[in-house]
Amino acid sequence: MSKEILTGVYFMQGDIACAEGALAAGCKFFGGYPITPASEIAERMAERLPEVSGVYIQMEDELASIAAVVGSSWTGAKSMTATSGPGISLMQENIGYAVATETPCVLINVQRGGPSTGIPSIHLQGDIIQARRGSHGEYEMIALAPSSSQEMFDFTIDAFNLAEKYRTPVFILSDAFVGHMREEVIIPEPERIYRVPRKLPDSGTCGGKFRGFLDEDVAPMPIFGHGFKTHVTGSCHNDFGQRNVIDAEALDYYIKRLNSKISKHAHEIISVSQDVDGKEVALISYGSCYRAAREALNILEDEGIRQVGSFRLLTVWPFPRNQIQELARKVKSIIVLENNLGQITPYVEAAAGGQAEVIFLPPRVLGTLHDPATIVDKVKEVIR
Amino acid sequence: MKLVHPLMKYVRPGAISTATCTGCGDGIIAQAVLRAIDELELNIDDFVFVSGIGCAGWIPSPFFNADTLHTTHGRPIAFATGVKLARPDREVVVISGDGDLAAIGGNHLIHAARRNIGMTVICANNGIYGMTGGQVAPTTPLGLKTTTTPYGNVERAFDLCALTDAAGASYVARWTTYHARGLTRSVKKALTKRGFSFIEVISQCPLQYGRRTGVGNAVAMMKGYKENSLSVKKAASLSEEELKNKIIVGELVDKDMPELTEQIEKLRRIHE
Repeated sequence: MSKEILTGVYFMQGDIACAEGALAAGCKFFGGYPITPASEIAERMAERLPEVSGVYIQMEDELASIAAVVGSSWTGAKSMTATSGPGISLMQENIGYAVATETPCVLINVQRGGPSTGIPSIHLQGDIIQARRGSHGEYEMIALAPSSSQEMFDFTIDAFNLAEKYRTPVFILSDAFVGHMREEVIIPEPERIYRVPRKLPDSGTCGGKFRGFLDEDVAPMPIFGHGFKTHVTGSCHNDFGQRNVIDAEALDYYIKRLNSKISKHAHEIISVSQDVDGKEVALISYGSCYRAAREALNILEDEGIRQVGSFRLLTVWPFPRNQIQELARKVKSIIVLENNLGQITPYVEAAAGGQAEVIFLPPRVLGTLHDPATIVDKVKEVIR
Repeated sequence: MKLVHPLMKYVRPGAISTATCTGCGDGIIAQAVLRAIDELELNIDDFVFVSGIGCAGWIPSPFFNADTLHTTHGRPIAFATGVKLARPDREVVVISGDGDLAAIGGNHLIHAARRNIGMTVICANNGIYGMTGGQVAPTTPLGLKTTTTPYGNVERAFDLCALTDAAGASYVARWTTYHARGLTRSVKKALTKRGFSFIEVISQCPLQYGRRTGVGNAVAMMKGYKENSLSVKKAASLSEEELKNKIIVGELVDKDMPELTEQIEKLRRIHE
């Protein structure tokens, strides 16, 4: 059996499944710092990485963790970190650096109750906007929201593949519920796991003469240790990586190229699962809330109420604006389920553009799962 | 015949004009590093230079024609740790300033020394925030008037060599820009050490330090370094009172201890 891919059927915690997904994707470097509810990912990686010739390092803080992850990625390693909201807050500056330098890496946020220290072991979808806009400046982000242990495994592989394909950091927006839950996880045969390899320049290429940055269609990455003489900077730079901290024109180009690298390919990145054709009401959900949406739909179906469908965001960012625009033309009402005070709801309202009524529905108590019965009641109220 | 500086072969083509002010000590430090590489006959393609934010961060980036990683403020050692762990065969050298390495990045400095990771950290210590206009630094002498200590600095200056020694560095040396030869010798030594090496270079900032504080121009500052410096050997016989305001130069620590990436390699072998 491959040490990287532990093919089999398991009863596995979400955090552990995430670590196994990372290893299956070819992750060779983990830099992190302990934090509830993400520590199990670090513990599993500490145990497993030496088995696959990888490196685990517990850094002195989260600022250092993401820095080490970016440094290792520039040597060619597939790299990751895992933390929760407070750790992500500390990482923000270097997340922006990873975006700016087009460094592939995977960032796991097992969200917990905030703001500030909040409640470490209670789940909240409190960091959705933070993932999108937490670092300063203008940038795009890719974020996936798993809802089960199996998806912690599968989506982590997807995150590594997206990170490599678009040379950019990718978030997994999990939460304490999904991270700490134990469920069946099926790890497939190695040949059934698709891995995107890193695109590198031809050997003999010299950094100074090579356009290794700011390509909308993703430049090959001139990683260290191959004589590319690469100049990497988080300052404004051109296609060659040469710094320019004088011209607004250069800044305009730098920002727009970095952003269009993601936005131009948004249609390939965005993933939603929907069952809304001919429906009157759509339940929009992501991450752990999807589980409550699913259960509510089962109850409604049992009661013979079939005019309700699910619209689930597998990728929260880039935001599926066009898909929701289209959804708003099909249905009369959209109920947005979030375990927060409505973070993506304004985005849904903007995309719906008045074509459908948008109703935000949090759980009765923040930090708990929605009671499916309250979703059912809301649906009945809407279709009445 | 066109005269070319013997170290120009290590300078990135096109990156000729420097960002440093007239009389800045950064050029001396750049030369010492490149001369050490040249004298050791090392291949600059085997190096990764990592730097942070501040004037000294511009010593390797973009001027050294090698892989260079110019990082965020305070974090070069943390980035360099990732580089070294993932590619232990690389020569990883961090060059940055005192504000970057000892203020905002102080935590990474002590932990890298504690881990004894095989990298060389060269700290250009000008005792001030030069790039931002002469604000007080944790290395600014007590009593000095800066733009943010208009009544004089009330905090003591950090002894970075004592700090890295206490944290567990394998090699620690201090020089000034006046001691270019001693500095080059120490860089050579540091590059050949297996563990964590730290070199502090007391360096002049003639504009934000010399001019604003009245200490004088670059020449006056370097003369001051010459007159106020003592070798480690000479300093050993002097009292604390006699050593006040003196700069102790030379090798302060030189020992061999287990290096981090070698320890990690041992972990991997268990699973082979």
